[in-house]
Amino acid sequence: MRLVLGLAGLLGFGVLLELAPRIGLVSERYAPPTSTILTTLAEQAGEARFWTAVLDTTRTWLLGLAIAVLLGVLAGIALGSVPIVRAATSSTIEFLRPIPSVALIPLVVVLYGPTVTSTLVLVVYAAFWQVLVQVLHGVADIDPVAHDTARSYRLGRLARVRYLVWPTALPYVVTGVRLAATVALILTITGELVIGPPGLGQEIAIARTSGAVPAMYALIVVTGLFGVVANVMTRAAERRALHWHPSMRTEVPA
Amino acid sequence: MLAVNGLSKVYTGRGRRVEAIGDLTFTVEGGSFVCVVGPSGCGKTTLLRCCAGLLPPTSGTVALSGAPVTGPPDGLAVVFQEYGRSLFPWLRVADNVDLPLRAAGVARAERRDLVTEALDAVGLGDAHQAYPWQLSGGMQQRVAIARAIAYQPRVLLMDEPFAAVDAQTRADLEDLIRSVWQRLGVTLVFVTHDIDEAVYLSQRVIMLTASPTRVADDLVIDLPAERDQLTTRSDPRFTELRGLVYAQIQKAKLEGRTR
Amino acid sequence: MTVLRRVVLALGLPVVLVAAWWFASAGSTDFYFPPLATIVEVFPETWFGSRLTDDVLPSLARLGIGYAAALLLGVALGIVIGSNRWVRATTEPLLEFLRAIPPPVLVPILILVAGIGDTMKVLVIVSGCLWPVLLNTVEGVRSVDDVLADTCRTYRIRGRLRWWHLVVRSASPQIVTGARQALSVGIILMVISEMFAANSGLGYSVIQFKDGFQIPQMWSGVILLGLLGVLLSVLFRLVEHRVLSWYHGSRTASEEP
Repeated sequence: MRLVLGLAGLLGFGVLLELAPRIGLVSERYAPPTSTILTTLAEQAGEARFWTAVLDTTRTWLLGLAIAVLLGVLAGIALGSVPIVRAATSSTIEFLRPIPSVALIPLVVVLYGPTVTSTLVLVVYAAFWQVLVQVLHGVADIDPVAHDTARSYRLGRLARVRYLVWPTALPYVVTGVRLAATVALILTITGELVIGPPGLGQEIAIARTSGAVPAMYALIVVTGLFGVVANVMTRAAERRALHWHPSMRTEVPA
Repeated sequence: MLAVNGLSKVYTGRGRRVEAIGDLTFTVEGGSFVCVVGPSGCGKTTLLRCCAGLLPPTSGTVALSGAPVTGPPDGLAVVFQEYGRSLFPWLRVADNVDLPLRAAGVARAERRDLVTEALDAVGLGDAHQAYPWQLSGGMQQRVAIARAIAYQPRVLLMDEPFAAVDAQTRADLEDLIRSVWQRLGVTLVFVTHDIDEAVYLSQRVIMLTASPTRVADDLVIDLPAERDQLTTRSDPRFTELRGLVYAQIQKAKLEGRTR
Repeated sequence: MTVLRRVVLALGLPVVLVAAWWFASAGSTDFYFPPLATIVEVFPETWFGSRLTDDVLPSLARLGIGYAAALLLGVALGIVIGSNRWVRATTEPLLEFLRAIPPPVLVPILILVAGIGDTMKVLVIVSGCLWPVLLNTVEGVRSVDDVLADTCRTYRIRGRLRWWHLVVRSASPQIVTGARQALSVGIILMVISEMFAANSGLGYSVIQFKDGFQIPQMWSGVILLGLLGVLLSVLFRLVEHRVLSWYHGSRTASEEP
């Protein structure tokens, strides 16, 4: 039933966008009808150029996400495990986190030009904080009794990280990865759109400047689908990795 | 006053059919204090929700002063077991008591008097400006009771209101409810699984069977109107009545198991 | 002692970092990394002159208008969608899709529809900020406590009182979460919309400095954007503290039984 209703909702939206330009509610030049967008999308899907763009975007996204997660987890465990370090860095983190990643755009452009590196810096910067904050919460969540037990058995620092810190923080890490994946995708496409390395974002920019309106819409639909797939995948991975964990349902408000 | 006639409630869903209430018929006189007891899981809460008009019965009727109950009726208040969830955490204590009166369109000055009176009656005269979560569990339930008092209902339904508070607080709240009932002359239906509590509080105990629920027995509690925790509970008649109710409930449980 | 300790801990690292930047960049001859002293020096003349009224304030005004519109629209739609099971089921996949579209890609569309003026920039901000608010409101409305809803029914609390005291207030923690996410999206879109096609604004100015190789001015713009982000998040936290004091209080209370 829910499925039927959901499909009806999508279909209704499609019909609305089809009819609005047809009956002259909006100009067809600005808002091509759904059928035109879908035909263009099908044409695009037949071209190698389109798939190269999808691949480029995927690569930048995953690479940026991987770097951000690695840095976030390492920094989170390093900063979070030592109370004095955590206290001393928290104000700096609170200060750096809200700095909008797009503020860095001019900086990375003069430093690296319109390259993938520029985009990667943006992606990593934006996604890093999502992971870091979750990991810090995770490390802070360690049961003090378990911690004392580990110490009383003279577990070394590395062993404590391996058997105590990591398992406790894992659910938070996974949540951080899910949040970071969304942010990283947005920044990947934004970077391609504004700075100009190859990828879906750049294709949209090209379609815009060449006045190919239906192609632009088709590509925007693709970015949306890309996002949906990414969301579904990360959520499924989260459930799979943590279906047993009681903290599965809690999400630290970032 | 409150007439339950041939009430039954069947839950269906996911291919399962659960008969929570089989067939219930009883009446509650105006101004009386009735306790409903039964083994756990016997549909007491379902019964109460049907009486409050929160749940439509599968068949049968509930009538309040002769008028059939189809939705929450006027002049009826409910005190829920989950005091932590029935109070608005974003409203102060006084505003929690005040809100139903505002909804009923009572004038401001009268509202203020009613709220003050009700909070004084439950011994929370100095907690007007507190938030519910700043109070202990027992005090939160007092706020919920004050809200019901201020609303001046003709019928007050209570769903295991003291199940989640500690024993000492519970005794205090029982005495509070007795005095409130005596002063307001409200019709009180009190659902509980605690046999001692039922006998100590009420004028009459209705015992239910295990689900699908029927009335197992109906017992008049002929203890003196003035009751207190020490003398009433050591009264031989109290022990006797308690034994009767206990035996009946045990029987109901056994029947439920063999069926 | 503890106050002093906290001040030292809070300010220690930032001071050290800024000092490190200051001294490390002090004699810098690298064209792209000018000394911090130079950046600080050009900051007032760059931003406190006519640019404040011509670029910075209009940008902030657009952000304010777009953000406020998205909040109102998001909460209103969220309540409608969240209160009705059927509407929710019908719109859920569509909302999932619309939310997944990275907001900056809507800029080209909105330029087509609304030109490159203020309307476009405000619309860009609305179209990005709407989703976090809307989806969080739907979640919040959906998770209204049933005992509390029953309480409203038995006491016959209806209409406006019910709407405000039950629905909106119960959903407010989630609405605030959505509003917080929307704020950071809003700042990003304020900048992006001006980088694209504009002739004024904060993002536009920064790009101008970049194109004109006025590197210290560009750095000062990056720092200004950073400071704005921090300032707005501090403001947000102050508002949140007022609006949700009951929520934080009840959370702390339930954690220490």
